[in-house]
Amino acid sequence: MTLASLERGIRYVIASVDCADPVVQRLMVLGLVEGAEVELASSAIGGDPLEFRMFGNAISLRREHARYFTVRPVDSIG
Amino acid sequence: MAKSSVIGVAVDQIKTRQHPSASIVVVGNPNSGKSTLFNRLTGLRQKTGNYPGVTVERHVGVARAGDISLELVDLPGTFALSAHSLEERIAVDVILGRMPGMARPAGILVVLDATHLYQGLYLTQQLLELGLPVLIALTMTDAAEAEGIRIDLPALEQRLGGVTVCPVVATTGRGLDRLREALGRLAGAAAPDVPEFWPALSAAAGELARDLPDAVTRTEIERALVDGPGELETHVAGLLGADGHRRLDELRARVFRGRPSLAEEARHRYTWVREVMDEVVQRAPVLMSWSSRIIAWLNRPVPGTIGLFVVMAVVFQAVFAWATPMMDAIDAGARALGSLIGAALPEGMLASLLVDGIIAGVGSVVVFLPQILILFLFIIVLEDSGYLARAAYLMDRAMRSVGLSGQSIIPMISSFACAVPGIMATRVIPNRRDRIATILAAPFMTCSARLPVYALLIAAFVPQQTAGFFNLQGLVLFGLYMLGIAAGLLTALLLRRTALHGPKPTFALMLPEFRKPNLRTVLIQLWGRARVFLYRAGTVIFSVAVIIWALAYFPQSEEVAGELAAQRDRAAVTLSGEALDLAVQRLENEAAAAQLEQSALGRAGKFIEPLFRPLGWDWKISSAVIAGFPAREVVIAVLGTVYAVGDEADEATLSSRLRNAKWPDGRPVFTLPMVIGLLIFYAFCLQCVATLAVMRRETNSLRWPLFAWAYMTTLGYLGALAAYQLGS
Repeated sequence: MTLASLERGIRYVIASVDCADPVVQRLMVLGLVEGAEVELASSAIGGDPLEFRMFGNAISLRREHARYFTVRPVDSIG
Repeated sequence: MAKSSVIGVAVDQIKTRQHPSASIVVVGNPNSGKSTLFNRLTGLRQKTGNYPGVTVERHVGVARAGDISLELVDLPGTFALSAHSLEERIAVDVILGRMPGMARPAGILVVLDATHLYQGLYLTQQLLELGLPVLIALTMTDAAEAEGIRIDLPALEQRLGGVTVCPVVATTGRGLDRLREALGRLAGAAAPDVPEFWPALSAAAGELARDLPDAVTRTEIERALVDGPGELETHVAGLLGADGHRRLDELRARVFRGRPSLAEEARHRYTWVREVMDEVVQRAPVLMSWSSRIIAWLNRPVPGTIGLFVVMAVVFQAVFAWATPMMDAIDAGARALGSLIGAALPEGMLASLLVDGIIAGVGSVVVFLPQILILFLFIIVLEDSGYLARAAYLMDRAMRSVGLSGQSIIPMISSFACAVPGIMATRVIPNRRDRIATILAAPFMTCSARLPVYALLIAAFVPQQTAGFFNLQGLVLFGLYMLGIAAGLLTALLLRRTALHGPKPTFALMLPEFRKPNLRTVLIQLWGRARVFLYRAGTVIFSVAVIIWALAYFPQSEEVAGELAAQRDRAAVTLSGEALDLAVQRLENEAAAAQLEQSALGRAGKFIEPLFRPLGWDWKISSAVIAGFPAREVVIAVLGTVYAVGDEADEATLSSRLRNAKWPDGRPVFTLPMVIGLLIFYAFCLQCVATLAVMRRETNSLRWPLFAWAYMTTLGYLGALAAYQLGS
């Protein structure tokens, strides 16, 4: 699953990033890298853009970019 | 070269108390409390200028640390040394000592937000590698405590290569004494031990360093490797010799193995950041506070969007409702001053200059100071509290439909106060096409200088009545704001479809926490705005008022004066008492009107009148509008002057004088279609030299300001034409 399909109230960890797009690279500089823990905080009207919490920071990005980040729930094994 | 180094030594030896002995840069993430801390450390000993060639503001101040004083340079907030926006590039150039006219800093004061260590430590690590002495101010420690975050300071200092970490609360001043003391020792201190985080990159940089002059720092080599093509890379490759580019490419292939370099750097650095945080940060679970519950609710899509509209509605309501008593007071004061001077001085040129020219002209503009201050107060508070960033997030989808992104919202909301800071705020937009489209849309937003024109015309010509729940005057004003927004957005859409066609803008934004704005910071900014407005009133508008008065006063017609004297004598024969006074006053008014018509202003107005005749404007309005091209609020001052010369009573307000204005055949000049046309003209027309100048600087071309001017003026003319011709 990707950042674009998170459920509220569950903590996820980023497992891999498809970083060919320069926008995605910029998001990685802002902290969305493998190993970062994220939670869905909110979304704007129509479900886009999305807002995530990451170690106390709030970051917002669009669905189209959220799709490049593969995540898994923190508690799962793997 | 030699000369300056001699001076450098001399200054060092003198150790003056007055002149700053070293330059320290203040660096941190955006919203880390950096500016508040900078204001605390320097107080009022600061000055603001621009960096060469760009409009990024440069804040420099002097801080006292014991018996030495230091120069502090407050850099724009940045997340990393790989510059993404214009402001970040400036910050990076100053830190690396590549800014023309500025020496390499003697030390770095890093502002690290205790509640946002994750991103803060990323930048901190990059700064530690520069080979400069570093001091860390850990801000927001009170907020961190409240959130249950505990930081092991000695462990943090050790992980950061032995630098000093001073916890502070910038808003209250807690911990500042210790920070000052540490600052005093910073300039001569040793650079920190660089925390190793990516051996392959360090090895590659080390290899290159052997073949480069000592002046090239490790960071510059590493940035040349990671950031790739650019000014720095060309510089480094040039120093390496003929095969410089080839060597850099070879090393890149070895270090990054074909992966995007920036992504690789982020992976390595954040691995280190997480290790540090695991070791030094302890999080205690905290109950959700009352305020964070409200914020969480406001973050939900529908309440959030409704909330945004409510906030904007309250702002515009307040601008009108709160300002009225203060405006009435200023207006009454100006008129009292006018009649006092009018009574004290003998009738003649001097009295006319003071009363009709200066007091009527400048007074009619200064009267809008309360409205402007209230508007700016709201904009500043919304920005400082972090709400504008949230507005950008909420509006992203809507903005996307016109080819912009949510990031364009902040410049547009700021433009409701003034398009100049609004256009400057577009710097956060990374893509040039998006940025220019936003710059061209921004001047359509109803700025505080349009407000006086709207307020005057609406108060004079829109009846005070209610339409359903709404006040009709308020409704018209609201309509004008909407008209500006619609025109701005359509312009952006049109441009994005044509001249600025390109890939869809992207959107990624850090959302700052809601914070209570700092009263001191708000007041400092508000005072700055008031000063700019009053300065304009005292210079530009003052000069225009005097020039317009002179154009209306000269040449004095012998014929008109003679005719007046003759008629007055004739009236005195047949009339007496009150009837005579009335007749004389009528004659004087007629004479003044005749004088105005044959004055230089009257002739110029008549000359251009045919151009504006289809809009229903007489020569007085035409000349006022022309005079308003450098700054639109001038039109009020000019109307104040033209209609003061030749009016029956000093008591009458400008709006009642406008209502009484007549064509020679007795029809009123200000009919409803004509007034609506005039309002539309002001909604569209770009009458502001300051906006044109800032457009030129920000787009770095004459093309865009010229296009904007021609486009907006044409649109205004056509809008006014349509309203008058269809309405009459």
